Amino acid sequence: MKPRIGFFDFTGCEGCQLTILNLAEKLLDVLDLVEVVEFREVQGHCNEDLDIAFVEGSICRPDEEKRLRMIRTRSKKLITLGACADLAGINIAHEEAGGVELAMAVYGSDSKHLQGGQARPVSAIVPIDGRIPGCPVDGQEFLSILHALLLDRPTNLPAFSLCVECKLAELPCTFEQGIVCLGPVVRAGCNALCIEGGDRCRGCRGLVDNPRESSYHRVLETFNRSVDDILEEYRTYNLRIDEE
Amino acid sequence: MKVQVPYLSRIEGHAHLVVDTKAGEVVECQLEVVETPRFFEKLLVGRHYSEVAGLASRICGVCSHSHTLVSLMATERAFGMEVSEQVTSLRRLLMYGEILQSHLLHLYFMAVPDYLGVNSLLAMAQSRRDLVARALRLKKLGSDICEVIGGRPVHPVTTCVGGFHRFPEASELQRLRRCLSKALPDLEQTVELVAGLDWPDFSHQAECLALHDSDGYPQFGETLISSAGLQVPNSCYREMIREYVVPHSTAKHARINDETYMVGPLARLRQGFHHLSPLAREVADLQGLSPSTNNPYLSQGARLVEVLHCVEQSMHLIDHLLLEGLEYAEPVVTCKAREGVATLEAPRGVLLHAYSYDKEGFLTSADCVIPTAQNLANLEMNLRARVPQIIDEEPDIFQTELEKLVRAYDPCLSCSTHLLTIDRL
Repeated sequence: MKPRIGFFDFTGCEGCQLTILNLAEKLLDVLDLVEVVEFREVQGHCNEDLDIAFVEGSICRPDEEKRLRMIRTRSKKLITLGACADLAGINIAHEEAGGVELAMAVYGSDSKHLQGGQARPVSAIVPIDGRIPGCPVDGQEFLSILHALLLDRPTNLPAFSLCVECKLAELPCTFEQGIVCLGPVVRAGCNALCIEGGDRCRGCRGLVDNPRESSYHRVLETFNRSVDDILEEYRTYNLRIDEE
Repeated sequence: MKVQVPYLSRIEGHAHLVVDTKAGEVVECQLEVVETPRFFEKLLVGRHYSEVAGLASRICGVCSHSHTLVSLMATERAFGMEVSEQVTSLRRLLMYGEILQSHLLHLYFMAVPDYLGVNSLLAMAQSRRDLVARALRLKKLGSDICEVIGGRPVHPVTTCVGGFHRFPEASELQRLRRCLSKALPDLEQTVELVAGLDWPDFSHQAECLALHDSDGYPQFGETLISSAGLQVPNSCYREMIREYVVPHSTAKHARINDETYMVGPLARLRQGFHHLSPLAREVADLQGLSPSTNNPYLSQGARLVEVLHCVEQSMHLIDHLLLEGLEYAEPVVTCKAREGVATLEAPRGVLLHAYSYDKEGFLTSADCVIPTAQNLANLEMNLRARVPQIIDEEPDIFQTELEKLVRAYDPCLSCSTHLLTIDRL
């Protein structure tokens, strides 16, 4: 029997599910190998046991927490899909701005049913078996992780920083244009797509394991930037510093 | 009889459909929107202008280009900036790409299964591989346009205040042009499939709202025009559109002069009928669509017409850009402490962002009007009118007919709850 997989979405923009659908012919090949039994955006529900559950979005409310636990119970493996599920992503800014006040500001005083709740990454609620980072995810990376899962191999992510890919692509350094970039500490794997597009790295893939702080400090010094500039950048995708 | 459909599938976002009838009368008929609110309007406050559009994009993956562009345009309006004609053309092309992605995804993956009597198109990967492969190929046509212009199919990276960080290469545009021509046989088969579907016979008069675009079919524009003859500049939108909170939804509802109204493909088609491209017009005629069509189920037909329109217009636009030669100019931004309102036609209808900034270029307030939020009240009116017509049907047919009506609006709840109107602080 083919392995059974499901896609689930919580609080987020559904851009990661969309990226999976954009795989086009490659998605058809995937459908030869697995059976997609749930994919709410394009398919009905089933509530059956799953081999792999891909979970998109942050967990914000008690009903979402309950739904996630149910999914965990019936899934052999659970993989997070995208920055909202991985890091709580940009949803965390809601918490920063004060939930109740926000509801009042956006919806007015009749807003008791409109509480957002604290945004949390999936791993804060249930154990996870792997993750696919990014905002949105990279389709190729999704395929290679699915590949690893189907072969029962470890789902490793690149363990080096984005600067490596950026240099390999021979892109000019963003710092040289007077713009703060998170490339030195963020996990590679996106081929520096945003920098190639003319933007900077805003950190959607999360921090690389054991980022090398000393060299980053040197970069900051060279370009006359402060640690505060970096911390401000960390806000967007809720990158956390464990020590300090 | 009570019909409850929890977590309605094949729509963008989360909602339950609840219909309760007693002795043939509708007691309750609601689309309960349960999507978690994300309060984007407040999240944008205090952010630098260079960050705002990137955040606004995350409101919705399906409409990320619409949110990005309308956000950039609102900022440009506030700063009193004009963009070049080529920038506008490339933005238009990006919008065509997004509308193609969104409409084709909706038609094939969300709408058609109802009419073919299947749960999902993916389930047909074996039995109807040709159909599924065609659906995915066409979906990719739209995302390829977005990728070439915006740098990525979802959440663009090349766009910025004043224009673009970089323009596409001429060779990339040439490749797109070839993809568009090559898609014509697939499109022909799509027309055959969709135009051949048996739409329920139902009509419901509603006011329609779309933008007036001086270049033709509604896409960009600064004047809101309703089918009842109202005409308001987008900066005065508050005089026209009244938004309100209802207890069963985390998405607001909206009315014009106390009446519900419709935005989206059918509203645009009715207003822009005479500006449709030749192929699109042919497909409209084939389906019997006209400026007076008032069957909301036919929004699907209007979506098909717009697919043809976007493909044909994209080809012309690319030819024009290639002939003219792309000339990139780096945008120069001067911040001003002012307000700016911008509108565009997103796949699901009129989308509006209104911002104000301080003189350093940090956003001080944001207000947004989302297409789906504007449609929800009208959708519920349609559901109420439809229920008595099908009340004697078997429960599963009854439910499917109502789900078809909800899907005809292609509701995007990620959008409508993630970015709603803010009371003036």
